Amino acid sequence: MLLKRGLRPFVALALSLALSLALARADLARAGNAKKRAPEKVFKEECGACHMPFPSYFLPAASWRAIMSGLEDHFGEDASLDEEVRKELEQFLVDHSARWKAGKNPPLRITELRWFRGEHGSMTRYRKRLSKRLGHEVKMSECTACHRDAERGYFDDD
Amino acid sequence: MTKTSLLTTATALLMAIALDTAQAGPAQKAVLEHFAALAKNADTGFQGFSAERGKKLFFDQHSGGKPETPSCTTCHGTDPTKSGRTRAGKEIKPMALSRTPERFSDLKKVEKWFRRNCRNVMGRECTPLEKGDFITFMANQ
Repeated sequence: MLLKRGLRPFVALALSLALSLALARADLARAGNAKKRAPEKVFKEECGACHMPFPSYFLPAASWRAIMSGLEDHFGEDASLDEEVRKELEQFLVDHSARWKAGKNPPLRITELRWFRGEHGSMTRYRKRLSKRLGHEVKMSECTACHRDAERGYFDDD
Repeated sequence: MTKTSLLTTATALLMAIALDTAQAGPAQKAVLEHFAALAKNADTGFQGFSAERGKKLFFDQHSGGKPETPSCTTCHGTDPTKSGRTRAGKEIKPMALSRTPERFSDLKKVEKWFRRNCRNVMGRECTPLEKGDFITFMANQ
């Protein structure tokens, strides 16, 4: 009876309204749970507090696990996190890591990977000039000094 | 403690916080109250936070931490109203509350950074008194 020809547009309207309401409620439920930040947001905020958040796909899972288990001495800095956040971040990094497998000693520095050194060399003289121009020491880990859109994953603009 | 002395202490604490932090919003005040309670617990003679002590803490050269970061100023710079820079080269927004109004409003964040940076600079955790003094100083910059 509902699908009688004349009623069809109204039924369609009612159904689509019901669907959008259901979706809106699901959306609100997610938004209302404001304390739980999306993993990528956590990554950008926590891993990007002191340096550009390095793309997770530059290092394999074993490297990320090693880094995330030694945050109290993170390349000379205390970068310790609450365990809950640390675990979530480690999972995020591992989930989005490079697919190649690390050997016995997983590399910890992206700047020491063979492909990276091949691409850049050490750039000592250039970095010296750049450091002078920018007014602070520019290390190879400061991708954005030359790659303006590195935070969005673009490195071809140099 | 008698009811009167408890009331007096509470009032003194709140007044100390109120007077020291002309610019602090409710979130910053809540964070300060948290540290005030801890400081009072640790020392019943606690009279309130001091921007002067906080200033000294910020500018002092400390020896217990890493040699590369002997002072807060190593990364934050010597002017709290100006940006600092991390050792990795990234800009740090000014510590001064007047320039970066969202500072010191999230207790978890505040505790995280005090934990890391006090260990880096001084080789130990900061006491609640030191944390409150520091925030009080920065809230007035």
